[in-house]
Amino acid sequence: METKLKTIKKVKVDHDEHHDEHHDLGFIRKYIFSEDHKIIAKQFLITGIFWAVVGGLFSSLFRVQLGFPDLDLSFLSPIIGNWLTPQGKIDAEVYLALITMHGTIMVFFVLTAGLSGTFSNFLIPLQVGARDMASGFLNMLSYWFFFLSSIVMFISIFVEGGPASGGWTIYPPLSALPQAVSGSGLGMTFWLISMALFIVSALLGALNYITTVINLRTEGMTFFRMPLTIWAFFVTAILGVLSFPVLLSAALLLIMDRSFGTSFYLSDIYIGGEALANEGGSAILFQHLFWFLGHPEVYIVILPALGIASEVIATCSRKPIFGYKFMVYSILAIGGLSFVVWAHHMFISGMNPFLGSVFTVLTLIIAVPSAIKAFNYIATLWRGNIIFTPAMLFSIGLVSTFISGGVTGIFLGNSALDINLHDTYFVVAHFHIVMGVSAFFGLFAGVYHWFPKMFGRMMNNGLGYIHFWITFIGSYLVFFPLHYIGMAGFPRRYYSFSTFQAGNIESFVDLNVFVSYAALITFGAQFILLFNFFYSMFRGKKATKNPWRSNTLEWTTPINPGHGNWVGAIPKVERWAYDYSKTGSKEDFIPQNIPYSRTPESNLPDDDQH
Amino acid sequence: MSDSISLKSNNKNLWGGGVEPFKASYGKLMMWFFLISDAFTFSAFLIAYGVIRLKHPAYEGALSEFNFSQSYWPVPEKVFEAFPFFHGVELPLVFVGLMTFILILSSVTMVLAVEAGHRMDRKGVEKWMLWTIVGGFTFLGCQAWEWSHFIHGTDLGSRLLDGSIIYGANLQINQYGPPDFAAFFFFITGFHGFHVFSGVALNFLIFYQTTVGIYEKRGHYEMVEKVGLYWHFVDLVWVFVFTFFYLI
Repeated sequence: METKLKTIKKVKVDHDEHHDEHHDLGFIRKYIFSEDHKIIAKQFLITGIFWAVVGGLFSSLFRVQLGFPDLDLSFLSPIIGNWLTPQGKIDAEVYLALITMHGTIMVFFVLTAGLSGTFSNFLIPLQVGARDMASGFLNMLSYWFFFLSSIVMFISIFVEGGPASGGWTIYPPLSALPQAVSGSGLGMTFWLISMALFIVSALLGALNYITTVINLRTEGMTFFRMPLTIWAFFVTAILGVLSFPVLLSAALLLIMDRSFGTSFYLSDIYIGGEALANEGGSAILFQHLFWFLGHPEVYIVILPALGIASEVIATCSRKPIFGYKFMVYSILAIGGLSFVVWAHHMFISGMNPFLGSVFTVLTLIIAVPSAIKAFNYIATLWRGNIIFTPAMLFSIGLVSTFISGGVTGIFLGNSALDINLHDTYFVVAHFHIVMGVSAFFGLFAGVYHWFPKMFGRMMNNGLGYIHFWITFIGSYLVFFPLHYIGMAGFPRRYYSFSTFQAGNIESFVDLNVFVSYAALITFGAQFILLFNFFYSMFRGKKATKNPWRSNTLEWTTPINPGHGNWVGAIPKVERWAYDYSKTGSKEDFIPQNIPYSRTPESNLPDDDQH
Repeated sequence: MSDSISLKSNNKNLWGGGVEPFKASYGKLMMWFFLISDAFTFSAFLIAYGVIRLKHPAYEGALSEFNFSQSYWPVPEKVFEAFPFFHGVELPLVFVGLMTFILILSSVTMVLAVEAGHRMDRKGVEKWMLWTIVGGFTFLGCQAWEWSHFIHGTDLGSRLLDGSIIYGANLQINQYGPPDFAAFFFFITGFHGFHVFSGVALNFLIFYQTTVGIYEKRGHYEMVEKVGLYWHFVDLVWVFVFTFFYLI
């Protein structure tokens, strides 16, 4: 078996060789226009990494502006050129473009496509026991639409007037009128085209994930035997299918307003004392449509990370996940509730206060399933034989940030408190911790944990630990002070705080400087991961078949699984995914494909319930 | 634990893995989920239409005294009352009723095509697919006429506050009422028309593949079913568009 795989590997390197009778595909079909879910997952991952670096660079630039507004950046002019004013400071409109692109890139390109795209693709077929996705072709299209969308978005950074700069939420009329801000010209057009392509990609991907989970589970893999990763990806895909089309509607109407003179979102606008012809539209309408996507979107971002954490925490605690079914119900509850809370982003848009209190109640209910998940993680860790792999550290880190970021969500979900906190750095701190940092930790955990399955090699643990501790402490140092800055009344998205006097804003200068230092160091630490990732890909220690002694099906495949994943028959699933440290069993794990008949010493009376 | 514990295998279970729980192929499932997703796109448009419409005042007076004005939302049956070759005759909603009838009829022929496919009756599939395509094209033709009439406007046009008279409508001006009325009309019926057009293209593809015997060789006509789902969905969406734009 091993030798056969090696020959296949040799053949693909030597792509000049003419192989007619081979089952093997040429270089292009194998690595570029591949229909193999594992390759597509890696493509999503690499593209996601690229975008993460771009998004991180942008945030470093605007953190420099916020922390050191008087710094002369002229030495950067060979790279960022006319983004600087003659005094060597970042241009004010460029600053707006930077935060817009940072948000767009991180939310959509990194934490949606890079996270969901990578791990849904990689893990769904491997963990449910399928040869590949339901439709390899549509899966390939999904990546290439994402690629196209990435290209368009990347080009938009360089167009005349700069990229979109109306905030990642692109509220009209700011985004609808080119006169409003320079980024609402060509840059915004590119942004909308790119997002339309992105939505197509997300839809194609999600359709595949859903149908694969429903139709292609191997024999014995009931829904309640699925690892929590799969549950999370499954619900994430459903959220995507239901919410992204509404963003498409919102974007299409905005395109009409921008380019074809309609007034869906525009009304009563005066520019320089002149009234625009547009009349009758509603800007609030856009906010409703946008947040109908926007809120589920944050769960699209966080649920896969929670799924990954569930898997890693159970494996590395050597204990069954605590309250498996409640974890599943929580995922479903979070998914369901995510569709009925969107207006909590719009408390101060002039909505009826009664409606505000309805959305407050619905929003606070989300705390229940979220808390169930957090408690279950902690209960799983409780008295486990914890093995601190880098993946485990990041998963525990995720639990920490998910809790501390979630708590501030309870403040923000209150329509009364939100009057004060809306659009301040408190909001920035909240969502960065609960969804940005947590989702990134999930992504990191996934990369460290499944790297051996992806590339057949191990990542370096030492570098992993250094990366974790700098990132974990650094993230808190960045975002914790932002809560105070926000409560003091600093609005988000402002270019400068040192040019005006208001209250005690002056006394927060040190804190802003501190945050900027922390942000730059934390961003710098990510290059440790990048080095580790690419170095280990080629030079890492060779992986064994099941390095984490895990139960799920992907570890029953060969070390470097080929197209089709399993050599020979697909294993049958005989039990749930969490038989760790079962009383009576010799090993502290029993993989899902081991039948109960082979483990009489550890069977329990209610085992057939799983 | 003793060996005597009985561990039933629940593989007979429809959801037990290794089977298709809805007894539907992945392609059909994907089509269903795609349609759900598309339904959300259309719902968003129709909700947007509702929101903007409610922002405008409705016409209050008697129907017989209705005339077009920018200051209230028009009454649809006064806007859509023309019929080809019956110039000057008021036939409210007759033409759009005919269009709707044609589209629903084409759904019936689609059902017959799918049914013929189940019987592996190639000639039947060809015949009914052809009728479905004809129905789709006729609907698109009718829509083209309706758009053209809508764009050119009535003989009298409509007088604006500043005294100028406008005829017909485009995305910015509208003789029948507020500009948003025309903009939504063009956008939503246009978006639906684009769906009908893609449906006709898919139908044609299916028709072609049937005539050259691809499905006969394959042993089943599932593609006809999948495209049929799409076609019925497009019809269903039209029913909603018809309700919201023409009836209410």
